[in-house]
Amino acid sequence: MEKESTTKTPPKIKGEVFIKKERCKGCGFCIQFCPSKVLAFSKEFNEKGYHFPEAVNPDACIGCNLCGLYCPDFAIFSVREKKSK
Amino acid sequence: MSVAVSNPIPVNPVEKYLRMERIPHIWCPGCGIGTALNAFIRALDEAGFEPDKVCVVSGIGCTGRVAGYVNLDSFHTTHGRAIPFATGLKLANPELKIVVFSGDGDLIAIGGNHFIHAAQKNMDITVICVNNFNYAMTGGQYGPTTPISAQTSTAPWGSYQAPFNLPKLAESAGAVYVARWTTYHVRQMKKSILEALRKKGFSFVEIISQCPTLYGRRNKFRDGITHMEWFKEHSVIKDHPIPSDINLGFRTETIVGKFLDIERPTYLDAMNDRYQRIREEKGV
Ligand SMILES: Cc1ncc(C[n+]2csc(CCOP(=O)(O)OP(=O)(O)O)c2C)c(N)n1
Ligand code: SF4
Ligand code: SF4
Ligand code: SF4
Ligand SMILES: [Mg+2]
Repeated sequence: MEKESTTKTPPKIKGEVFIKKERCKGCGFCIQFCPSKVLAFSKEFNEKGYHFPEAVNPDACIGCNLCGLYCPDFAIFSVREKKSK
Repeated sequence: MSVAVSNPIPVNPVEKYLRMERIPHIWCPGCGIGTALNAFIRALDEAGFEPDKVCVVSGIGCTGRVAGYVNLDSFHTTHGRAIPFATGLKLANPELKIVVFSGDGDLIAIGGNHFIHAAQKNMDITVICVNNFNYAMTGGQYGPTTPISAQTSTAPWGSYQAPFNLPKLAESAGAVYVARWTTYHVRQMKKSILEALRKKGFSFVEIISQCPTLYGRRNKFRDGITHMEWFKEHSVIKDHPIPSDINLGFRTETIVGKFLDIERPTYLDAMNDRYQRIREEKGV
């Protein structure tokens, strides 16, 4: 692997969150415990009749995967990507 | 509103450890058992054991359903008997990593005797107990973990029996690793399960969990989040916690953390050592 060139500003950790809405039971844990307030309930329902989360503030996601750890239904998780500012 | 959805959605890394054809699971919205299972899967992934060498044993109860969801060799045993099954597996096949994943009623009420004896023998198994303070699957009856004055279907005026202190029970019976977290403490829970999995001997992790459907609603925790927020506000983390300081009161602060991490010969090591010595003495 190539070494990244050193930049003045330290790389900002950025993440992307993925939601399998059909699997969600609407407990809200991911929304409640996301440290960056990335998520909110959608106004839509899934097939099971639950409101699922959506990323209303995706740029704030730090890829900590707390949402993925809290979710009892394996319906959400994140992937971390390194982005130099 | 913008939604960050790439196409196609990648596979959640936990899926390879689950029997996805059985998902969605039966657990209610807001239940903590799925979060506990999630932490276990992630700990297992990090531990790096060969999946073929891991076996999960559960008893009966909502928590007992875990055995049916993991994509590993697993046993859904009779009520209270997960630990004896696990013991048999370990003795017959010592290279297996055996994990018992079950509820407070299964492990500590009907199965309480097996629990203390496996700890006494330092049987090399990991026991994960989801403690939701009641027998959830059968309708929310009180049991030996229900706090005094908590209401259940069979204690409509509040329970009046002092509950078991599970870390204290495990420690005094002979466990070598003891930790206790709530479903709010997902990172710590995962770390403790990982340590327990790597520990040789009887390791025990208690996971305090909400059961919104049967226990929570009767006790003014109207949903899962309300109970988890309460765990967050009322859990005390100390550097070197000792089990007898855990407060088991209803709606009181309580201590979580790692209580014990010691070394002591396992049942099989002690047995093999003993027989080796006898053989040497007798020259056979
Ligand atoms: C021998 C026997 N006695 C009683 C039962 C009924 N029963 C099924 S699950 C259960 C209690 C489950 O409580 P717990 O282990 O705490 O699991 P939870 O549902 O709370 O996760 C009982 C009493 C049974 N299945 N078998
Ligand atoms: S990865 Fe972290 S920051 Fe991103 S949505 Fe999940 S909890 Fe929020
Ligand atoms: S934690 Fe999981 S089940 Fe609960 S709302 Fe979020 S995605 Fe849905
Ligand atoms: S009854 Fe309670 S423990 Fe059982 S699945 Fe529902 S919330 Fe969970
Ligand atoms: Mg229970």
